[in-house]
This record gives sequence, C-alpha cells and structure tokens, in this order.
Amino acid sequence: MGLLSKKDAKLITDPLTDNNPITIQVLGICSALAITAELKASLVMGIAVLFVLGIGNVVISLIRNIIPSKIRIIVQLIVVASLVIIVDQVLKAFAYELSKTLSVFVGLIITNCIIMGRFEAFALGNGPWKAFLDGIGNAFGYAVILLIVGFFRELLGSGTLFGVPVLGDPIEKTGLYSTGYENNGFMLMPPMALIIVGLIIWVQRSRNEALIED
Amino acid sequence: MGLKSNLHNLKEKYKGKKMAPAFNAIHTFLYLPNETTHNGTHIKVADDLKRTMNTVIMAMVPCLIFGMFNAGYQHHLALGTIDAAHGFLGSSFWTWDNLVIGIWKVLPLVVVSYGVGLLIEFIFAVIKGHEVEEGYLVTGMLVPLIVPVDLPLWMLAVAVAFGVVIGKEVFGGTGMNILNPALTIRAFLFFAYPTWMSGDKVWVHGAVERAGTADAISGETILGSYAQSQDVVYNYADMFFGLIPGSIGETSKLLIIFGALFLIFTKVGSWRIILSTIIGALAMGLIFNGVVDAGIITSNSKFYGLMSVPFWQHLIIGSILFGAVYMATDPVTAAQTNKGKWIYGFLIGFISIMIRVFNPAYPEGVFLAILLMNVFAPTIDHYVVQGNVKKRLKRVKVKTA
Repeated sequence: MGLLSKKDAKLITDPLTDNNPITIQVLGICSALAITAELKASLVMGIAVLFVLGIGNVVISLIRNIIPSKIRIIVQLIVVASLVIIVDQVLKAFAYELSKTLSVFVGLIITNCIIMGRFEAFALGNGPWKAFLDGIGNAFGYAVILLIVGFFRELLGSGTLFGVPVLGDPIEKTGLYSTGYENNGFMLMPPMALIIVGLIIWVQRSRNEALIED
Repeated sequence: MGLKSNLHNLKEKYKGKKMAPAFNAIHTFLYLPNETTHNGTHIKVADDLKRTMNTVIMAMVPCLIFGMFNAGYQHHLALGTIDAAHGFLGSSFWTWDNLVIGIWKVLPLVVVSYGVGLLIEFIFAVIKGHEVEEGYLVTGMLVPLIVPVDLPLWMLAVAVAFGVVIGKEVFGGTGMNILNPALTIRAFLFFAYPTWMSGDKVWVHGAVERAGTADAISGETILGSYAQSQDVVYNYADMFFGLIPGSIGETSKLLIIFGALFLIFTKVGSWRIILSTIIGALAMGLIFNGVVDAGIITSNSKFYGLMSVPFWQHLIIGSILFGAVYMATDPVTAAQTNKGKWIYGFLIGFISIMIRVFNPAYPEGVFLAILLMNVFAPTIDHYVVQGNVKKRLKRVKVKTA
C-alpha cells in the first residue's frame, strides 16, 4: 500500500480483526442486537456509523486543542448529535421505509460507545488524517460484525438475503421448504444476535489465544 | 476374547493419540471402567457420576414407556377408533396398537437425541483431549420426554446441537453448565419453531397433517383449554394417571411420583427442591384463587380461566411435577446449599404458575421458570453462604468478648 504507511494501514486493519470494537472491546452491542435481523438494516447502520465516526473523528481532532477538557464530553456530544441528525434526515428523505425499521436506533448512534470511545481514546490525541483512518477503521470493524450477524439471522430466520428469497417460498413450499425445512423464529429475536456475537467471539479467541484475557 | 478385553486393548493401543477419547467413550459407555470419575460434578454429589446418571435414567424409563402407549392412545382416541380408557389400567390403553404407534414416533426421537448429542460430546472430547463425559446420558433421555410427539426429527437434531454446544460445552462441559441443557434444547425449540411446540395441533400424532381437512383432529392440552376459558373434557383421574395430551413423558403424574420416590430414596434427587417447588406452586395457586374469590378478576377477564383453577389442580395439569422432579433437581444447575435449595425450589414453583396464568402465549411456564432460577442459583448460594459466615463470625465475637 503506497498510499498509507504501515502504521497508518494498521489503524484500519486492526479494528477489523484483533482489536474489533464489538468482539474484542465489546462496545456498541445494543445496536448490534437490535437491528441485525435484516441484512439491509445492518448495512445501512454500518454506513451511518461509518459516516458519523469518520467525520466526527476528524472534527474532534481538528478542534482538539481548543476544547476545554472540562466540557469535552459535551462538545463531543454536540458533534456526534449534529452528524446523527444529518444521517437521520437523509434516511427519512431517501429511504423512509428503512428509517422506520431502524427507528430509534439511528438516534441512538449518539450513545454508541464506539463513537464516544474513539473520540476520547484517539481523536483527542491525534491529527486529523490519523483520526480519520482510525474512525473508518473502527466503523468498518463494527459493520463487518453487523453484516455477519445480519447474514445468519436473515438467512436462517427469514430465508432471505437483502430481502430476496434464497431458500424458496415458505408459504408455497418451494425450494428447501418442500423438504420440510422451516424458518427459525428464534433467529429473529435479539437474544440470538447475542449468541451469534458470542460465537464469533469464541471462534476469534480460539484462533488467536493472545486475545484471551486471564 | 470378549468385546470388553478387545476394547480394553484398543484403549491401551490408542493411549495418548488424538482419537483416544472416542474409543474410551465406547468402553466406558458399555462397561464399568477401571477408574471412576475424579473431578467435575462428583465433588458436589459424593457418588460416581455414572451411577448417579443411571439412577436418574432408571427413574425416567416408566415415563418413557407410558409416553409411548399414551402417544398411540391419544392418536387412536382422537381418530375415534377406540373408546376412552377409564383409569390407569383401562383396557383400551395398554394395547399393542398403541405401543406400535408410540414406538414408531417416540423411538426415533430418542435415537436422534442421543445420536446428535453424543456425536457433539465426542467431537468436543477429541478437540479438547479429555475423556467423554457421561453428562449427556440424562439429557438425552430427558429431551424426548419434554417435546411433542410429532416434532420433526431435523428440528430436534438442530436443537440438540444448539443446546449441547451453547448450554453446556461453551461453559466447559459436564458439571460446568449454568443452564440445564435439556431445557435449553426445549427453549430453543419453543422460540425457534413455535408452531411445532404449542397450540392445539402438535400434541396428538397425526393432528398436524390433518389440520384443515375433513378428518381434522384436535388435541388441546388442558392448560391450553383453560387459557382459552374452554371446557375441559378430562376428569381428575385422567389428569393424574396421564391419559391426556401433552409432551411425551410428562403426562402421568402417578409415574412421576414413583420416579420422585425412587430418586429421593436413592438420594440422587433432592427432596428439598421437589417439596419446595410444590409448595411454591401451591402458594401461587392459592394467591390466584384468593384474587378470584375476592372478585378482583371476573369471568370476563382473559386470566380468569387459569386463575380460577383450584390451587391443587395446578399440580396435575401441565408439567410442573415433571419439572420439579427431573429438571429442577439437576445437581449441577440447582442451588447447592440446603437453605438455597428451599429458596430455589420455592421460586421455581411460584414463577411457573405465575407465567402459566399471566402469559397465555406461554401456557407452560415451567421450563422458563427453571431456566431463570438456574441463572439465579449461584446468587442464592452466595447469599446463603455469606449469611452463614456472618452468623459464625458473630458467634466467635461473642465468645471472645
């Protein structure tokens, strides 16, 4: 990668694997549980967080030297809230149905621990370019887990992917359904998302023992 | 040379190899091994784990056999080909025809339950390099007893795989689990495939295929009828002896009581838990009866049907007794302290009846209540132990003062 130095590239790749915000830092779980019943919602949520975290990190990084440290949380909240309002309005204008599905969880991006965590831990102490890379890196790490969970939940729970039936028609009993297969209703419930995230954590830690804390 | 010495030679030959646990498992499954369990659950139950497991299985066998006859009996009765058997020894109950249907429907469930469960135990034993644990023997027997007779086998297989991995292996295998694996399996089935686990079609063999046709048959459970405030067609004797639709093994209260006595006599099951669960259920039933008597809930309320059930009748409908005897007493997931067992059991009974009455969507709340209390059992123990520590410290202080 000529564009990025090795150190910069690590800012993006680390959150995807060994420092993943969801599976390693265990942040941002609430939205991962709530909206991953559909792959489409997972994707949009991932993009929304990518936008908010990428730009938010840059903004915070730019003004990091003029924020009084006593009120920095409030400043961070204002930045993230403004960005989330933009996302929310765009969704309402161009993807109304989807914004209904995501409902309150778009607004709740404000309280997503990943965002405040990156602002506090990274953007306040690093330059804009690095902060940007860190922001999109973490947002990608978040989105990847959301998409994996969403893939399994939608495929096994509804028999569709991105709303397209892939296993046949459950009512007409075509495709896989003609053999007696049925959709798994448990997959559509939030507890199953927690279990899938847990399984991902299990697989990840058993492949890389360095990740296991005492 | 017999099979045993053959297996023993194999065991010696593969010692230290990767597949050793798989061979040892067959050996220990068929014969008494030369060494007994040396860690895990037997610290809590001062007995060889395998003997404990076998005792529980023996206590369940009558329920299974009765369940087979009952599966056929309910099927034929719903079709109208036989008359109702009056009483436990009714002539139309213990017939060959009933048993054939029962074997045909129930045995595959047993086979799939054991096959899938033991396969996963084998895989984990080989990966982790430890001996296969006997823990699945009881779970594998419990599972067919607590599912509807017409449950598709692949669903059972998926659920067993889920239950054994998530309910047990992730916590470290037999003796480490927080949740009862058999109930984890049932909970998975219940939430994943609700149309196969509840309603009025699943409890009698053949009802699902016939639904919507001219030959439709219905087999509403007693709880289901009460929840919808319908008339119940079964008398108390039917409920007690178990000539009613329901999950395969939980209908006959008589045999469950025999099983309970057997478990208590052999000191495998805790009488404290069984008794306190029953007390808890009766207490909640009495409270509901009181509410109805006080006129707070009238017959136009949707809770009226189950609330007005006489408190003692809650024990002979649904699976509260089965849960109390075979599920709540699981030594791994129950509370360990004697005082804790009273609290644990009481709350199981109490919450079971509460869920039963208040949530018509879950007409059987016993498995949810037990799972919930499984989670709380360590907390209960913690406070009981802390209470003891405090009491004794006080005594020491008084002496020294």
